[in-house]
Amino acid sequence: MANDKFLLVLGGASDIGRATARRFAEAGWRIAIAGRDVAALQREAQDIATRTGVKVATPALDILESGAFEGFIAGLDGLPDAVVNVIGLLGDQAKAEVDIAHASLILRSNFEGPALLLGLFAERFRVRGMGVVVGVSSVAGDRGRASNYVYGAAKAGLTAFLSGLRNRLAATGVRVVTVKPGFVRTKMTAGLKLPPLLTAEPEAVAEAIYRASVVRPRDVIYVKPIWLIVMTIIRLIPEPIFKRLKL
Amino acid sequence: MELTGWGRYPRFETRAFAPTSLAEAARLQRDLDGVIARGNGRSYGDAAIGAASCLCAAGLDRFHHFDESDGHLTVEAGVLLSDIIAAFLPRGFFPPVVPGTKFVSIGGMIAADIHGKNHHGAGSFGDHVESFDLALPDGEVKTCSRVENTDLFVATIGGMGLTGTILEATFRLLPIETAWIAQETVVARNLAESIAVLTARDEAPYSAAWIDCLASGASLGRSLIYLGRHASKSDVETLASPSQRGGAVKTARRLSVPIDLPGFTLNRWSVAAFNEVYFRKGAASAGAPFLNAIDPFFFPLDGVLNWNRIYGRQGFLQHQSVIDAEHAEAAIGEILTRFARRGNASFLAVLKKLGAAGRGLLSFPSPGFTLALDLAIDRGVFEFLDEIDAIVTAAGGRVYLAKDARQSRATFAAGYPNLEKFRAIRRRIGAERHIASRLSDRLGI
Repeated sequence: MANDKFLLVLGGASDIGRATARRFAEAGWRIAIAGRDVAALQREAQDIATRTGVKVATPALDILESGAFEGFIAGLDGLPDAVVNVIGLLGDQAKAEVDIAHASLILRSNFEGPALLLGLFAERFRVRGMGVVVGVSSVAGDRGRASNYVYGAAKAGLTAFLSGLRNRLAATGVRVVTVKPGFVRTKMTAGLKLPPLLTAEPEAVAEAIYRASVVRPRDVIYVKPIWLIVMTIIRLIPEPIFKRLKL
Repeated sequence: MELTGWGRYPRFETRAFAPTSLAEAARLQRDLDGVIARGNGRSYGDAAIGAASCLCAAGLDRFHHFDESDGHLTVEAGVLLSDIIAAFLPRGFFPPVVPGTKFVSIGGMIAADIHGKNHHGAGSFGDHVESFDLALPDGEVKTCSRVENTDLFVATIGGMGLTGTILEATFRLLPIETAWIAQETVVARNLAESIAVLTARDEAPYSAAWIDCLASGASLGRSLIYLGRHASKSDVETLASPSQRGGAVKTARRLSVPIDLPGFTLNRWSVAAFNEVYFRKGAASAGAPFLNAIDPFFFPLDGVLNWNRIYGRQGFLQHQSVIDAEHAEAAIGEILTRFARRGNASFLAVLKKLGAAGRGLLSFPSPGFTLALDLAIDRGVFEFLDEIDAIVTAAGGRVYLAKDARQSRATFAAGYPNLEKFRAIRRRIGAERHIASRLSDRLGI
């Protein structure tokens, strides 16, 4: 089962990160899961290694410390064949409206950090001539809404960044995949009441990422296709009407 | 939230907590009162419904370590048996004991000291547990094994979660050569023959008899006896059918019962017809050994997701007892006679020979024969089962806690002679009231 492919998951202790790492490990990929909480990463690494028999590394990473990104990449055991970013912070919209430190944290965690780091990997992949960059963005970035526009704006930024990167590297062997999961049942959404039809399990997101990266190359994926319809409708609503809606 | 066991009776309101780490689970164990750990909710009755709260183990589902050289596996208590089989069957390892469903948690397997088709030779799951970490009522975590905290070790195995919350456990997987079972089916024409075959053929590592519990008179206790062992590579060469040889092993799509069937779909005639077809079909295949896959051999009912809904919304009861070899034929004959006379629906009637007693203070298995039957909940069912219990108690037997929703305190006390020792340990560690399920409240444990 083992192959010589190497996957790096940024945010590997999250539910989607964990499921993604497991999915690739089951296909024989060597894994590194990066994040801030090294103890939590080690629990996931042991889990994946014990289930699958593949090697799992746990490099430490703080997505807000962009100055350390070059060193982080240099410290990896080789350049990954694919890198998946699932780091994100939902934050508290009401707090972000009055507290710019919190708003800044949301913007930097969802946009600045992930975009800069994925950009560094993309550049190295370009030099090598191949690689897959996967960014988990959000349907919240498709149109700003009162209930979560700080988070949404950061995700919109990430979506635009990935789109530009894909455009720039289209003629190379590097692929860029944007993933919009919709609602996912995770620690991030624990306690929220989620509509079952629109909600995916972390394993379904992982499977979609694996397929779009390895099996059947795709550019932009909505994990649950119904979200494409929902967001298309939301995008088409004229602004004078949209601004009065509660969505 | 309202919770039930697999039998969907009884239903109780309880608060549910879902820790995501072992440390959080130990903290909750300390802070909550009237709490019980809940794995995957596959005990049938009220064992995994907290008196006030449940500590749900679903988030404690990480594998920790596997030693390829000796098969030792360490996992968190919420890991499901199905995940272990999925990960290790392809690598040539199989759990030492499996129950009739693979959708059970490891913590639940220890708490119920579950047994499988190989109990007569291999013992129960608790016999294969090397050690586990237990969060006690005060939140302290203790490692328990045959040499460390042995009193807690034997109280927790089969202890229905009433000594604390199991956080992680280590046990040994067994090496297997292939993922096949070499199976043989034997027809037994009545109860005496069923018991005789299970006794005479106990060289087979796995055995169980499916009894047609609607047959009566001279055919009372007629059964199909399934014998099996892990197939070796040479078995596969000699026994494989053409389609198996081609490697085209079809994984059958699982059927599912999406909604509750109305209660009237199960009645004397529909079940009798089912059993007749089932028995004839099995009898036709009797004799020649053949290869079967793991799932249909060990977990036939897992093939029908949510089969518990077949009994309708009011739920069902399962009655499982064990009776020693000396009294088995008479007592089980009497039980089957009463079921046949009552004509109540039972898909499941399984007879199985058990070996040495489990090591847990409240372990169910003991030498003899165990009989399990399902019953829809209808008028008079509780009184009827009290009569069945009286037969079990008179024969010196006991009723399985993991299946139970209704046995009386007297039946329970008569069947479990180590109850006082168990209570003393509960008192000592401060578990009384602090750790309580609807089952422990009902039975006064």
